[in-house]
Amino acid sequence: MSTTSVLFDAPGPRARVRNGLLTVVSIIAVGAVLYGIYRGFDAKGQWEGRIWEPFIRWETWDVYIIPGLIGTLRAAAVAAVLALVFGAVFGLARLSDHAWIRVPAGLVVEVFRAIPLLLLIFFIFYLLPTVMGGGDYAFIAVVLGLTLYNGSVLAEVVRAGVLSVPKGQSEAAYAVGMRKNQVMRLVLLPQAVTAMMPAIVSQLVVLLKDTALGYIIAYVDLLNTGFKILPAAFFGSLIPAAIVIGVIYVALNMALSAFATWLEKRSRRSRKTAAPPVAPPGPAAVPMGPATPGRTALEGME
Amino acid sequence: MDELIQYGPFLAEGFLENIKLALVAGVISLIFGTVLVSMRVSPTPVLRAAGTIYVNVVRNTPLTLVLAFSALGLSDTLGLTFSTVPRVNSFWVVGLGLAAYTSAFVCEALRSGINTVPLGQAEAARSIGLTFMQSLTLIILPQAFRSVIAPLGSVMIAMIKNTTVATAGGYLADAAANMKEVFDTTGASIPIFLGIVLAFMAVTLPVGYFTGWLARRLAVVR
Repeated sequence: MSTTSVLFDAPGPRARVRNGLLTVVSIIAVGAVLYGIYRGFDAKGQWEGRIWEPFIRWETWDVYIIPGLIGTLRAAAVAAVLALVFGAVFGLARLSDHAWIRVPAGLVVEVFRAIPLLLLIFFIFYLLPTVMGGGDYAFIAVVLGLTLYNGSVLAEVVRAGVLSVPKGQSEAAYAVGMRKNQVMRLVLLPQAVTAMMPAIVSQLVVLLKDTALGYIIAYVDLLNTGFKILPAAFFGSLIPAAIVIGVIYVALNMALSAFATWLEKRSRRSRKTAAPPVAPPGPAAVPMGPATPGRTALEGME
Repeated sequence: MDELIQYGPFLAEGFLENIKLALVAGVISLIFGTVLVSMRVSPTPVLRAAGTIYVNVVRNTPLTLVLAFSALGLSDTLGLTFSTVPRVNSFWVVGLGLAAYTSAFVCEALRSGINTVPLGQAEAARSIGLTFMQSLTLIILPQAFRSVIAPLGSVMIAMIKNTTVATAGGYLADAAANMKEVFDTTGASIPIFLGIVLAFMAVTLPVGYFTGWLARRLAVVR
């Protein structure tokens, strides 16, 4: 909270009284909102033990929530690995000296970043059966969609990471007689990876969150088992179910985000790289310099 | 190509709904995001905590869950309705759900803008006797807004792309829902997909260039 202290003075006696009053008023306001929500739930009987009871039974977790969570994590893990590979290949291809590699790679990356992810998933979901015959393609559609979109964003991260290594590093490497491939492999990439790490992890948070889009094409993920199948089995438990799986999602993502913050602090402390940390580029199109404030505000949006 | 021409009007109708949703969510999220950031930097710890909790919870919840919960939970179960016409009601449920989600990101963008306003500005404002609200609305926020136009632009682009998730909120009239409906009869059609993608790019690219231009034009010279 370093910013807050700037906006107002250390309070004197009168300000303390005023702040005290404001605190009381805001407690009442926040309390009123919470009470309003409580009453709204109460009026519709959402606090009845009957509809919360399934969540203290092991079968509910065993049959619905855990398989859904596994579905979510499976899609996220496969898509994360593929997206990292896609990102590394296309990020490096965009840095190529040959225009015939650089230009198509740039086109692919820019197009897939601009497509709304849900449309991409729908398209793949409908395209696969016509190309490969019948079957259940929900998993492949989710994974492929997530890979293409997040891979493109990661490609930008890789490119920004390599470009953020000071020029002197590659010049020095060329001066001692290294080849292009050696400069990239031995000098630029090791430093870039350190700078990219926080941005990569926050993009993986986005990927994990976006697996929930699978719900729309009926992929069996946490949102599907928890919010569609579970309330159908326990009539009336819709809102408790939403709260429980909401808590699971928030906890998962916050843990990953905390990991990203920790990585960033660590890489800032142990300066093994000459490159500054890279911010996630998001859907782009808006040209932003490395010094633009709030570049990271998009973290986690999509 | 014939399919795109045949279903073009139907798809364009859906795309228009995406634009309407984006306008509603854009306006509301900018206002609510500003309120949230004022709460997050206010001298009152309760408001600070409430703002922080809201932003962290909303930012880490999938938009699909936010919209599905708004539709099935808030609207159907708890009876929060905006209109008796189901279609109009769905529109506002999705629009407001999207606004609630986007405002958390608007708040974060603005907060990093506030961080860039030099200390001296706030100190000068206090020294001439401005209160917290005055220094925030007259000195800090105008400068903060100007320095984060580009990130706000990319938040808005992401929001425009996110309007396609309206399907999860039960609003089955947008471009994604219409595309799905057409695909149900024709099967996957590359021209239709590319047509919708180009329509989205035709909106997001100008927004990007406009906010980029505005950011350069309004940049605070320090």
